[in-house]
Amino acid sequence: MNKNKKWMATPYFIWSIAFIIIPLCMVFYYGLTDKTGAFTLENIIAITTEEHWKALWLSLLLSTISTLLCILLAYPLAMILCNASINQDGFLVLIFILPMWMNFLLRTLAWQTLLEKTGVINSILSALHLPSLNIINTPYAIILGMVYNFLPFMVLPIYNSLSKIDRNVVNAARDLGANNVQTFTKVILPLSLPGVISGITMVFVPALTTFVISNLLGGSKILLIGNVIEQEFTQTNNWNLGSGLSIILMIFIIISIVISTITDKDGEGNSL
Amino acid sequence: MIRKSLQTVYVTLIFIFLYAPIVTLIVLSFNSSKTRAKWGGFTLKWYSALFKNDTILQALYTTLIIAMLSAFLATIIGTVAAIAINGMKKRNRALFMGITNIPMVNAEIVTGISLMLLFISLKFQFGFTTVLLAHITFNIPYVILSVLPRMKQLNPNTYEAALDLGATHTYAFFKVVFPDILPGVLSGFLMSITMSLDDFIITHFTKGPGFDTLSTKIYTEVKKGIKPEMYALSSIIFVSVLVLLLLINCAPTDKNKEIVK
Repeated sequence: MNKNKKWMATPYFIWSIAFIIIPLCMVFYYGLTDKTGAFTLENIIAITTEEHWKALWLSLLLSTISTLLCILLAYPLAMILCNASINQDGFLVLIFILPMWMNFLLRTLAWQTLLEKTGVINSILSALHLPSLNIINTPYAIILGMVYNFLPFMVLPIYNSLSKIDRNVVNAARDLGANNVQTFTKVILPLSLPGVISGITMVFVPALTTFVISNLLGGSKILLIGNVIEQEFTQTNNWNLGSGLSIILMIFIIISIVISTITDKDGEGNSL
Repeated sequence: MIRKSLQTVYVTLIFIFLYAPIVTLIVLSFNSSKTRAKWGGFTLKWYSALFKNDTILQALYTTLIIAMLSAFLATIIGTVAAIAINGMKKRNRALFMGITNIPMVNAEIVTGISLMLLFISLKFQFGFTTVLLAHITFNIPYVILSVLPRMKQLNPNTYEAALDLGATHTYAFFKVVFPDILPGVLSGFLMSITMSLDDFIITHFTKGPGFDTLSTKIYTEVKKGIKPEMYALSSIIFVSVLVLLLLINCAPTDKNKEIVK
């Protein structure tokens, strides 16, 4: 059965060469040449200019903070969902994925309404005589937007790896005298680590490269590296510089993926 | 007892965090004042205005057509590829899985600009075709990744048995293999539709002027102010998906999920 089916990969092979490999090569071509087509490293070195460096640094900072916050929020949630008795056929999990069906731009935009100076949250706060919350158009709002948008991508893989853990392993640990903390740190946490790691890549990469969230919640004054690249392509029309910065971005993506494949050799966490 | 109620509080808080913007949007769709900041009283006028707004309906139509077409074509290419990949030796298999993972792990913005550069150099007319090609490209990996596990579970002997009993290759495939991998094919198809409907970034770079899906339409409207009809439309979409999910969840589910190897 297997031998005569090899030709069936041909359409996909041609497709992926044409629409995945060649386009990527073109990014590298544009990134490593100048407008005349001569080889240059200028577009790569451009990352060291203050403006670009600041954008990259801010992106790395905000996406790291958001990823950590996502882990802190998602892990307990995944554990609760895993143990919940009402969670038949993953219905509760569905409830947490459902928001993803509302257009992501509109959901992010709704946070504008909620966070505005005279917005919903501040009206509630002032009714309770609490100090008002002024985070719209600040990096804090961007972090909130990132956590909000990418939290399900952290919950799902952690939930999957937690639900795969054999109850008997946990029971065995308890029989052998481990207390709650020990059972968690010695048994549950190590076994669920593949899920956490695949969650990290699923949150970190989109957060690092976003330009929409920073645009909508950062008030267009805060530039992340994604905003810089987007502007080079749609406004300044300097494709060479945009491609050069994309190469830098890809280096960071590759680093995060290499780290995750080293720590997750079995690829268990990748199954959604 | 305390532990239990703490858990409930925690889940509720996250639930509020996730649903607050959605409730806001649904409330805004009934808001008669045109700005987001003020509540001007209850109205249904945006819902009736929605069905007269040709540009939004056109964008909705484009979004749905692109989602269905790209998911359908990606499902065919992806399923065929998954069958082939399953029969490959380790090295070829690793190569194909590596290629498949590129669009999954790469930043959407990079995928978007890389396709844009390709289409420009090929002098393609930016619009329906370019967006469709882009969507098929990022949908195929989802199909492959949901069909492959099913292929692995498949018992190869049943296919051989069908051939021994005189079935042709095609007949054996559709009668023996296909029914077994169908759940994977379907979930790949649904995943593709979801991804295509919600995609903004890749569409943003591969669409031409004057061609809009809902996402790109919303993005261009952000600066001018979102038309409240948009809130009405997204509320309708959200509620229909919610109802659909509730129906699916109440219907008898596929108990074969936990097949032991």
